[in-house]
Amino acid sequence: MSTLGLLFTVTALALIGWFIARARAAQFACSRRRPGASPAHHGWRVAAFTLLPPLLFLCVWATVSPALVTDRVLATPAAAALPPPGYDRATILAEARGLAAGERPGAFHPLSRTLAPAYAAAQLRTDWIAAATALLLGLIGGALAFVRVRADFAAHASVERLVRSTFLAASLLAILTTLGIALSLAWQGGRFFAIVSPTDFLFGTHWSPQAIDPRDPGASLGALPVFWGTVLIAVVIAMAVAIPVGLGAAIWLTQYARPATRRRVKPALELLAGVPTVVYGWFAALSVAPAVRSLGVALGIESASGESALAAGLVMGAMIVPFVSSVADDSLHAVPVALRDGSLALGATPSETIRQVLLPAALPGVVGGVLLGVSRAVGETVIVVMAASGVATLSANPFAPATAVTRQIVDLLTGEAVFDSPKTLAAFALGLVLFAITLALNVAALGIVRRHGQAHG
Amino acid sequence: MAESVTPDRRERALARRLRRRAAAERRFRWLTTLAVVGALGFLLVLVTSIVAQGWRGFTETRVAVPTDLAAAHLPVDPARLGGRGADLALAGAGLEGVVDRAADRLAPDLLSPGAWLRVRDAIKRDPSLLGRSAVLDLPAGDALDRAWKGDGTPAAEAVSRRLAPRLSTGLATGFLTGADATDATRAGIWAALKGSLLTMAVTLALAFPVGTLAALYLEEFAPRNRWTDLLEVSINNLAAVPSIIFGLLGLAIFIGAFGLPRSAPLVGGLTLALMTMPVIVIAARAAIRSVPGSVREAALGIGASPVRLVVHHVLPLALPGMLTGTVLGVARALGETAPLLLIGMRAFVAAPPRGFTDPATVLPVQIFLWSDQVSGGFVERTAAAIIVLLALLLAITGVAVTLRNRWEARR
Repeated sequence: MSTLGLLFTVTALALIGWFIARARAAQFACSRRRPGASPAHHGWRVAAFTLLPPLLFLCVWATVSPALVTDRVLATPAAAALPPPGYDRATILAEARGLAAGERPGAFHPLSRTLAPAYAAAQLRTDWIAAATALLLGLIGGALAFVRVRADFAAHASVERLVRSTFLAASLLAILTTLGIALSLAWQGGRFFAIVSPTDFLFGTHWSPQAIDPRDPGASLGALPVFWGTVLIAVVIAMAVAIPVGLGAAIWLTQYARPATRRRVKPALELLAGVPTVVYGWFAALSVAPAVRSLGVALGIESASGESALAAGLVMGAMIVPFVSSVADDSLHAVPVALRDGSLALGATPSETIRQVLLPAALPGVVGGVLLGVSRAVGETVIVVMAASGVATLSANPFAPATAVTRQIVDLLTGEAVFDSPKTLAAFALGLVLFAITLALNVAALGIVRRHGQAHG
Repeated sequence: MAESVTPDRRERALARRLRRRAAAERRFRWLTTLAVVGALGFLLVLVTSIVAQGWRGFTETRVAVPTDLAAAHLPVDPARLGGRGADLALAGAGLEGVVDRAADRLAPDLLSPGAWLRVRDAIKRDPSLLGRSAVLDLPAGDALDRAWKGDGTPAAEAVSRRLAPRLSTGLATGFLTGADATDATRAGIWAALKGSLLTMAVTLALAFPVGTLAALYLEEFAPRNRWTDLLEVSINNLAAVPSIIFGLLGLAIFIGAFGLPRSAPLVGGLTLALMTMPVIVIAARAAIRSVPGSVREAALGIGASPVRLVVHHVLPLALPGMLTGTVLGVARALGETAPLLLIGMRAFVAAPPRGFTDPATVLPVQIFLWSDQVSGGFVERTAAAIIVLLALLLAITGVAVTLRNRWEARR
C-alpha cells in the first residue's frame, strides 16, 4: 500500500471514529452531561487517538525503514558478491534500489540487476509491515479512546491537553532547529579540527583549498585571508556606504521631509530591502564591477580587478541601507518630543538639534541597527559569490580581488559528493565561525535595542 | 577685553556667526537630502538597467522560411497525427532535417535548435501543411537574434542585413513555457518557476502551521520561566541567522543524515521552511497581541476554557495578520538563493520537475546560473527572468499588504 493511500485510510478511520463517538456521546448528552464535555469533544478525542499513533509510527518508520530494507537485501546470498563498503558498493545498491522502484530503465553494474528483485521483495515486505502496524495502532488507539466515551468522562480536558501539547510541540521545533544548526556545525567542525589545528585554521595566512597537501592539510587551510576579505567587503566598504546613507535618509525622513513626501519616499526605500539578493549580485557583477574596474584603471591602478572588493562592497552597502535607515528612523522617533522642542526653543538650528540632542539620545538604537546591518552583510552570500573573487589574498586595496567567508563555503561545497574530506569539512568550520559571529552580533544588537527602548519607556 | 569690543563689532561678529550656523544648517540639510536621493537614485538605476536589458528577453527574432513539406515526402501516416504518437512519428520521419535544409538555403546555422518543434506543432494543428509548401515564421538562432537586436558579430550582421525583409520580431512564447537549455534562444523559465512553486508549497505547508501554532503557544500558554525565555531567544536569533547557515543545516541533516535526494524541491522547501518559520512566528505574535483584550475577557468571563478562547476567538481575529506575515515570509523565501546552492539546486535542469523529489531548480538560482553565461542572448534572458521574479514578488507583497489594509480598515 502506498504511503498516500495509507494516510488516506488512517484519516478515513479517524473520521469514522469521530462520527461514531459523537453519535454515541449525543445519546447521553441531553440527560446527564458533565459541563464542558460536548459530543464533539468526544468525537475529536477518538479521532485524535486514531490518527496520531499511526502518524507518529510512520514518521519514525520512514527514517529507519531504508536501513531495514538494505539489511534484508545484504542478508540474501546474492549480496555476498558485493564489493567491500565504499563508493562501488553504494553505487550498486543505489542502482538496485532504483531498478526495484522502477525509477531507472537500466543499470550499469550486472550485480545490481540480480539484487533488484531482492530489493523489491524486501521493500514490499517492509511496506506491508508498515501498513499493518499503522492500521493496528490506529484501531487500538481509537478503541481505547472509544471505551472512554461515557457520560462521566471529561473529554474536553483531554482534548485541551492534546491541543496544548500540539502547540508546545510546534514551538519546540524552533529550539530543535537551533540545536540542529549548533550540533551539525559543531560536529562537522569538530571533525575538521581533529585534522587541522584551530590555530592553523584561524591564524594561517595561506588559503588554497583546491590543492590540499594530504600530509599537512593545515598548511593550505589558513583562513585569515578569507576572514579579512569579509571584513573588508562587508564591514569596511559596505558600512562606509550604508551608515552615512542610511542615517542621512532616516534624518531627512524624520526631521526634514513633509509628511506627504515621507509617505511616498519611505516605501520606495523599503523596496530596496525587498529586492532579492540575486538581483543585487547580478547588478554588481554585470554593471558595477566593470565600472569599478575602469575607474581603477583610470586612477592609474593597473591591478584593478573585475572581481574587486569595492564592487561587491558598494552593492552590499546599498542593500543594507534600508535596514540601517529603518532602525534609525524608529529610534529617532522614539526620542521624546520634549527634548527636540526644548533644544529648538533655546535657539538651536534643526541640524544642531539633530546632531547634539537627537542623535546622542537615539545612539543606542542606531548602533543596534548598524550591528544588525553588519550581521546581515557578513552573512550575505549571493552578492559575493557573483561579484567577489574566489582567490583569498591579504590586501587592503579595494580595487584588488577579495573573497569572503560565505563565498568560500559555497565554493568548497560545490560539486562534492562526500562530506568527509578536509575540503568540505572546512566549509562547516567556516560556517561555525560565521554562525558564532552573527549570533554574537545579533545578541548584542537586540540587547542594545531592547535596553534603549526601555530607557525611554 | 569684552568692554573694548564696540557694539558694532559685536553685532557684526554675531551676524557672521549666524550666517555660519545657517550655512551649516543648509549643508547638513543638503547632505541628508543627498543620502535619500542617492538611495532612490540607486533604486532607479537598478530598475532601469534591469528593464533596459530585460525587455528584449521577452522577444525573439523570427525568420520567414519557405518550406516545401510536400516535396520532402515525409513518411508520416496522417491518421497518426491526431493521436499521442504524433510527436514521435514526426520526429522519426526526419522533420528536423527537412526544416534545417529549408533554412540552410537562406543561410547556414540560421535557426534556433528548437525551431523544428514549432513546425511540428504547426503540423499537428493543421495536418494539411504536410501536403503543400508554406512560408513559416521560425525562431532565429542566437547569432542572428543578436544581430537583429543590434549587437551581433559582423558576419551575423551581414546575414541579418541580407535577410532583413524576412526578419520580424515576436513575443518569445518559449521563454515562459520552456526549460533551461544550452542555447539562449531555447532557454525558458517554466522549469525554474515550477520548481519555485513546488518548493514554496512545501515551505508553506510546513512553516505556516508550525509558525502559527508556536506563536499561539508563546503568546497564550507559555509559562514565564527559563524554558520560555530560551524558546524566545532561539526564535529571535533564528530570524537573524544568515540564510547560508540554513543551507549547511539542510545539507548536513536532510541530505547527509536523512538521505533525502539532492536538488529536490522537497529538501529545498524543508530548508526554506526552517528559515521562514521564525519570521512567521514573529509576525503571528504581533497579530495575536493586537487582538483586543475585551474579546479575551468577555470569552473567559462567560466560562470559555483557555483552549476554547484561543481556537474560537483569538485565532479567527488574528488570522488575517498571521496570513499577511506568512505571505511576506514566503515572498522572502521565494527570492532566496544561497541555501539552495548548497543543497544542490544549481544543477542544469532541462525538464520541469514532475514531483517533489525530482531534480529541480528555482527562479533565483536560474538567474544565478544564467548570469554566468557570457553570450548576449543569456544576458537579456537573465534580466527578463529578473523582471518575472520581481513582478511575482511585487504582486504577492501587494496582495498581502492590500488585504491587510482592507482588513484593518474594516475592524
